[in-house]
Amino acid sequence: MYANKLSRLMFGLYSRNTASVCGVFQVQRAAGRSGFSWTAVCKQRTLWLQRGVSLESQQHTVPCQISARSASHSTVDPDEVRRFQSLASKWWDERGEFAALHSMNDLRVPFIRDNLLNVHRQRHPGKPLAGLRILDVGCGGGLLTEPLGRLGADVLGIDPVGDSIGTAQVHTAFDPDLRQRVSYRACTLEELSAEEEEHGGGRYDAVVASEVVEHLADLETFAFCCGHVLKPGGSLFITTLNKTNLSYALGIVAAEQLLRIVPSGTHDWEKFISPVELERLLESNGFSVQSVQGMLYNPVSGAWSWTNSTAINYALHAVKAREEPHTDQAEENTADTHS
Amino acid sequence: MACSLGMDPNLEGKKILLLEAGNKKVMDKVPETYSTRVSSISPGSASFLTGIGAWDHITQMRCKPYKKMQVWDACSDALITFDKENLEDEMAYIVENDIVVAALTKQLDSLSDNVQVWYRSKVVKYAWPMPHQSTDSIPWVKVTLASGETVQTKLLIGADGPNSMVRQALRIPTIKWNYDQSAVVAVLNLSEPTENNVAWQRFLPTGPIAMLPLSDTESSLVWSTSHRLAEELLELDEESFVDAINSAFWSNENQSELIETAGSLFRSALSVILPSAGSPRQLPPSVAGIGPKSRVMFPLGIGHASEYIRHRVALIGDAAHRVHPLAGQGANLGFGDVACLTKLLSQAAFDGKDLGAIQHLLEYETERQRKNLPMMAAIDLMKRLYSTNAAPAVLLRTFGLQATNMLPTLKEQIMSFASK
Repeated sequence: MYANKLSRLMFGLYSRNTASVCGVFQVQRAAGRSGFSWTAVCKQRTLWLQRGVSLESQQHTVPCQISARSASHSTVDPDEVRRFQSLASKWWDERGEFAALHSMNDLRVPFIRDNLLNVHRQRHPGKPLAGLRILDVGCGGGLLTEPLGRLGADVLGIDPVGDSIGTAQVHTAFDPDLRQRVSYRACTLEELSAEEEEHGGGRYDAVVASEVVEHLADLETFAFCCGHVLKPGGSLFITTLNKTNLSYALGIVAAEQLLRIVPSGTHDWEKFISPVELERLLESNGFSVQSVQGMLYNPVSGAWSWTNSTAINYALHAVKAREEPHTDQAEENTADTHS
Repeated sequence: MACSLGMDPNLEGKKILLLEAGNKKVMDKVPETYSTRVSSISPGSASFLTGIGAWDHITQMRCKPYKKMQVWDACSDALITFDKENLEDEMAYIVENDIVVAALTKQLDSLSDNVQVWYRSKVVKYAWPMPHQSTDSIPWVKVTLASGETVQTKLLIGADGPNSMVRQALRIPTIKWNYDQSAVVAVLNLSEPTENNVAWQRFLPTGPIAMLPLSDTESSLVWSTSHRLAEELLELDEESFVDAINSAFWSNENQSELIETAGSLFRSALSVILPSAGSPRQLPPSVAGIGPKSRVMFPLGIGHASEYIRHRVALIGDAAHRVHPLAGQGANLGFGDVACLTKLLSQAAFDGKDLGAIQHLLEYETERQRKNLPMMAAIDLMKRLYSTNAAPAVLLRTFGLQATNMLPTLKEQIMSFASK
């Protein structure tokens, strides 16, 4: 059922975007040919992979299709989608299943705000993030999307779970302030990324993926797509769970089974990722990691605090390298010396 | 409150609406006669008012700083004086309520971009939101006005006085009782010009009488006394009324020898231990007359709402707590509420929070109750302790007052507590 919907969506996107996607490919290939950037090559490869996914799901026969492996290159895990569908109505119960996510805003909103303010120094009193475009990946009921919108940013929240998006839309609809700035779509990151091709890609100042990557099936594609939709110099914010024994003991055994802070079955430890691994993955996709900070949840007070240890939860801020203007310049320089 | 919110940079762009039942009170020129309703504004409140730009207007209009306060007992010689070390700093200011309102009105006019004021508006109905979202109810507070207009808001702040309709409509349980006292207020003309920088308060068995400086030649009277006596005082002709005031400040008829002796023994014992401490008694100025038609009385009471907040609602000022005027703290507690709520809302806005969310409202409630309750309890205790002339109570308060007067550190703590 879900797969059908997904393929319908993708079909729609693909058929609309064929021309432009191809156009970009050519540019990419041209960049690749000039052979100065390894990341560009990687990008190209992943883009081809992606294209493979969408094509495969349409069952078109295209010469460049890269077979069996590509099926796993959707970032979304269908099991996860089903799990969150059943919880969609509960997002805004501040004392319910998602209470810990509500209170996590006390850390993650300032984390995002302050890091963005460090980069974008214009001051807009009352709307510190005015003028910035933020993509909230895996926004769920919009718990983080709304605060970012209130800070003045134009935020798009995306989530593959249609019911969550419904909840988020209803919740936002009443506030005229938010209505202008916050929008939602039920789609995946790779769908959006493919669609962004139409606009030349790289339109967002920040991508936020909070408590998302531990639910994803393919992080490589995720990192690539994040880089793709971001402007050069744009920020990527990730909060997630570390892959340690402690995170298993506390994140799954304690939080899900004993204390019931989060619904049982929310997390799959196998999908957790350590900061080192995540850093490596991001660096190889053209990001430079700015900071990694540990987060600690106190189940008694229900409050989060920063900590030095990243053993359980952590937040990460990475910036997409401004490689393009840089390399352009380098290229020009080379050209100059040659001429 | 509206002014304070309107001035906050983090709340810029938020729409603030002030619903006011009365007319707009513009004061082009300060009236010649003083008003009887005055407030004691602590330095803390004054700096808060400076922060919102209203204090300049107040000082330009009219206010009277005082540097010293002398409190003494009608039943004994015990007295306590509070003053700042060098008499240079002000202890507090006596400001007419009309002046405060006029200053705030002026400041609000300059904030017309984000603060709207609807004068002569009356609320007929409040509709409260459900804590959780449901499709058939509005998620915000809905206010219906007598004019038929409706307004919806994320956060409703109830600043509608001791009989708060917001509080009643929310059915917030409130502990309250009326004291068996009424306050008589009047403007007093002093018999001769003085520096007049001392606030005087004497505890009579029927209630405290206070003389608060307004100018070199005028003071404001707040006389809390039994309902019957208050009515009699209002009936008196001017001359007898002035006599009654003077004798209330000067008479020794309530003193008994026993207490006198015990008090002076205790005092001399204390002065052996702490020779340098304590302060000499000063005499209050005598009253020559009263301002025309300035005598008014009103009943006194105490009240405290057990909750200051609900989902998307906060109560401030007298709507949340009402106190006896004997310590001059009513207005200051209210300004304290405003400063605290503004600070928390400002932070909430900077963190992108829904301003009506319960989380920071709870912080407001905790922080203010922690401050307001001890103050209210202290005021209520003082009122009770001084409403009797039974010897044990008189002795207790005599010793207490004398000992406190001798201990500068304790006095400093009391002052800093009261001047926040």
